[in-house]
Amino acid sequence: MNETSGTTTRDYDWWLLAILAAICTLGVIEIYSATHGSSLSGMHMKQLRWLGIGLVVMFIVSRIDYHLILDQAPILYLVGMAALIAVLAVGHTRFGAKRWISVPGLGELLQVSELVKLIIIIALARFFAEVNSDQLALRDLIKAGLLVGLPLVLILKQPDLGTALVLVPLVVVGAFLAGLQWQHAAVFSLAGILLVGAVFYPPVSRRILKPYQRERITSFLHPEEDAKGSGYQLLQSKIAVGSGGFWGKGFGNGTQNQLGYIPVRYSDFIMSAWAEEQGFKGVLFALGLYMALLLRLVQNAQRAKDRAGMFLVMGVAAALGFHVLVNVAMVIGAMPVTGIPLPLMSYGGSATLFVFLAIGLVMNVRLRRFVN
Amino acid sequence: MSYFFRNDNRLPQARLAVASYVIVGMVGVLLLGFWKLQVIDSDKYSQWAERNRVRSIPIIAPRGRMLDRDGRVLVDNRPSFSVLLLRDDPALVEKNLPAISDGLNIPMEDLRDQLSSTRALPKFQPIVIKPEATQADIDYIESHRADIPVLEMLSVSRRRYLPGGFMSHASGYVGEVSEQQIEASNGKLRPGDFGGKTGLERQYNDILMGTDGMRRVIVNSVGKEVDRLPSQEAVPGKEIRLTIDYDLQQVAEQSLGAREGAVVALDPRTGEVLAMVSRPAPDPNDFAVRVSKEEWKRLNDDEQKPLLNRVIQAQLAPGSVFKIVMATAMYETHAVPENMTVFCPGYGTFYGRQFKCWVYWSHKPAHATVDVHRAVNQSCDIFFYTLGMKMGIDIIAKYASGMGLGHKTGIDLPSEEAGLMPSEEWVQRVFHRRWYPGETVSVAVGQGAVTTTPLQLARLIGGIASGGKFMQPHMLKDAQSVSEETFPLKESTVEKITDDMYGVVNAGGTGAGLKLQGIEFSGKSGTAQVIGYAARDRVAKQKKFLDNAWFVGYAPKRDPEIVVSVLVQESGKHGGEASGPVVRDIIKAYYDKKAKKTQGQYTVEYKRYDLGNGSAPAAAIQPQPVLKPEGPPETAPVRASVPQH
Repeated sequence: MNETSGTTTRDYDWWLLAILAAICTLGVIEIYSATHGSSLSGMHMKQLRWLGIGLVVMFIVSRIDYHLILDQAPILYLVGMAALIAVLAVGHTRFGAKRWISVPGLGELLQVSELVKLIIIIALARFFAEVNSDQLALRDLIKAGLLVGLPLVLILKQPDLGTALVLVPLVVVGAFLAGLQWQHAAVFSLAGILLVGAVFYPPVSRRILKPYQRERITSFLHPEEDAKGSGYQLLQSKIAVGSGGFWGKGFGNGTQNQLGYIPVRYSDFIMSAWAEEQGFKGVLFALGLYMALLLRLVQNAQRAKDRAGMFLVMGVAAALGFHVLVNVAMVIGAMPVTGIPLPLMSYGGSATLFVFLAIGLVMNVRLRRFVN
Repeated sequence: MSYFFRNDNRLPQARLAVASYVIVGMVGVLLLGFWKLQVIDSDKYSQWAERNRVRSIPIIAPRGRMLDRDGRVLVDNRPSFSVLLLRDDPALVEKNLPAISDGLNIPMEDLRDQLSSTRALPKFQPIVIKPEATQADIDYIESHRADIPVLEMLSVSRRRYLPGGFMSHASGYVGEVSEQQIEASNGKLRPGDFGGKTGLERQYNDILMGTDGMRRVIVNSVGKEVDRLPSQEAVPGKEIRLTIDYDLQQVAEQSLGAREGAVVALDPRTGEVLAMVSRPAPDPNDFAVRVSKEEWKRLNDDEQKPLLNRVIQAQLAPGSVFKIVMATAMYETHAVPENMTVFCPGYGTFYGRQFKCWVYWSHKPAHATVDVHRAVNQSCDIFFYTLGMKMGIDIIAKYASGMGLGHKTGIDLPSEEAGLMPSEEWVQRVFHRRWYPGETVSVAVGQGAVTTTPLQLARLIGGIASGGKFMQPHMLKDAQSVSEETFPLKESTVEKITDDMYGVVNAGGTGAGLKLQGIEFSGKSGTAQVIGYAARDRVAKQKKFLDNAWFVGYAPKRDPEIVVSVLVQESGKHGGEASGPVVRDIIKAYYDKKAKKTQGQYTVEYKRYDLGNGSAPAAAIQPQPVLKPEGPPETAPVRASVPQH
């Protein structure tokens, strides 16, 4: 028996950890395959290091009672917003966007928006838990919207459309579980559709989107017009996936991967490299793991001790599920390039840390399901 | 446990279950997407992946050479480099355009034109942006390999012809294939390929053209070559051996000189073409790379029509050469008594219109009383007007047509013209009217509607002297099916007509000055009006309306070994004077060579003509101007200067 809150190691979700480990293994294997023998070789070791740090962080987070964390939600929220503003003011620009801030001691640049995602999950869990009714009132729905709206705008300013979009399913899933009424759902769906339509409608999109974002949308709609822009990336990704066939070309044999035709093949497009080398059978396996992971999260939510825990776990599930959906749909050319990585497989420090922090919250909730 | 926010334990289990279904549905939809790409469309994407990584650079197959009958090289190839633009990455191409334009000296508009005109081609197919790279271009590309990765060198072989338009109408030239040719080739030709456009290059294109190979390399996403795949070697085109005799061709070229006209020499026994010249002649080396639009327009619009192969395409009145057909018909049919005599005062009236004999215009004494032999010998027009009137167009047309006039000879060159032999049937069909008997009078002396090509006249005279055996003229030495046409002539007819033609040269006829010692040189002159003399006097004797001079000569008198037909256009001189010497030169050269051969003195100088190693400077094969008349240098096909008397 562990003293801190009456939990045991047996209470950790070992199935969840096993699934997690399996996915991370696939990721490391494919990062190795995609980068060995190139100037990026050794990247898989870096990823392993991030995974190691992630595990430790997850363990630490799981030990602090989530109610304590939820208590601090308003402060976390304010710190998060301040950090976002700080990034806009003093952040490091990479790939044309201010997303990074250097953390003393880590020697690595952290993407603040990854941490903000976590903060929003916590803040929304607290908010929806407090609403505490089976029917979500319009007033509360708008409040939740504003809660998410502020960071969303700040992240869009960086600009980071991908991360900003991840905030949307957080509020949608939260609202749904908090008893969203179908009339409101209908109205907001309509508004959402109009907004998406506007984004795809040039006269409007010209005013609200950055040039590179517009370009991504045009190249998604007309990939052949954009040769080496993001249309090219999508096309090359589709070629990689399609040419993999059912059985795949084998580890290290993907020509699209090895010759560098797949864009950022070790990160955002890692599923494309995996699909080329491992084929449909490999994709089936990988997506099976992700499905298991998400279902396991839902199961954890169903068994949470209270609504707050349930909202926390489902917030994590919503974020991860959205990442998987948008990233994989992009890899098969069904969605524009958004810069959203595939959780646990894509190389990336901040993104990996975020996932482990999030899973840490889930473990936290799970550990306390039987405690009064 | 201290927390300050309100919370309770009622969980929305139904809605959480919905979330599970959504997750399963989402993964299912994504898997369907992968199924579509990886199973249903897999082949398409596999091909794409292959096309991505494999860059194919064509290896151009050299065209086959053309040799003369003794194996001397008439047409061969020289090595050259073309600059290829790799278009796989349009953004990269666009970025580098200014540097390319600057470095290779190609105007920007030119580059853009070339890019837009090839937009329909697949992106992986490179295009030729500069067909003939200079050393400076090569250096530029080599030194900028890293920063301009879209340029590539393509080693090609260019056609090399003998300089100065030597034999250029027979050889023809090559050029970029037209869209029609590409369509007709069943995928064998691609845009930018070179193919024969005219002459033998076109006729035997399938033999001469090889099959291009392909160098296949694996490139990474930035176009860097990382590995090689087995290449497909080019299969060179086959060489063809022609019937042309370089020695005779050279004499023919030089003897005609810069004058506008045509020369063709045949071996009537086989139909082999020994020499073929047409003037003016463009230098096909100028077209071997790429002809500029202006140059092409100039050649097409040139009044002298330098692109016309006069040997097979000039359709002109044969003039008095036609009298051989008339006399042959007379000997053969006896429609008119063979001993008929006509009194020639220099003119005569037929069907109410006055016709003149050539002596009238030349201010020479009239022929007085002439029989058929003297009429051929002296080319008396009055005799043949009378003969024509008495014999009638039907018999004339039957013999002329039967011996090939008005029909293509079937020579193995593209775009041969048939000429025209008028007849009652012809005027009925074309003009829907009856034949005027007065027209027969003009036709009888090779004027009026009758037109022939120089080749037809060579075949005609050679065939008659061979006893009515007409061999199909051809230029391929090992031609498989040479057709032979027979027009039955009585032995007595052949005897008489060949005696007549022998007399033209050897018995004081119109070719009297041409006599060759020890050779039975025979023939017939012709001087054909371009327009009526009376009309010509009215337009103040412009050169363009001067007479065409013909001479068709052969040797020996019976069953000749060589027949030469020469046309000198608008020389203002009689056939015997202007064209006769050219025929004589060639026949003399033929016999000189034959004599040397039999004495074992003749050796073919292969070395001098062997351009195969690409090192022979052009000057080494420049024909020596031994017999060249005065006139501008032969490099430029300018309007012939008329030798003055």
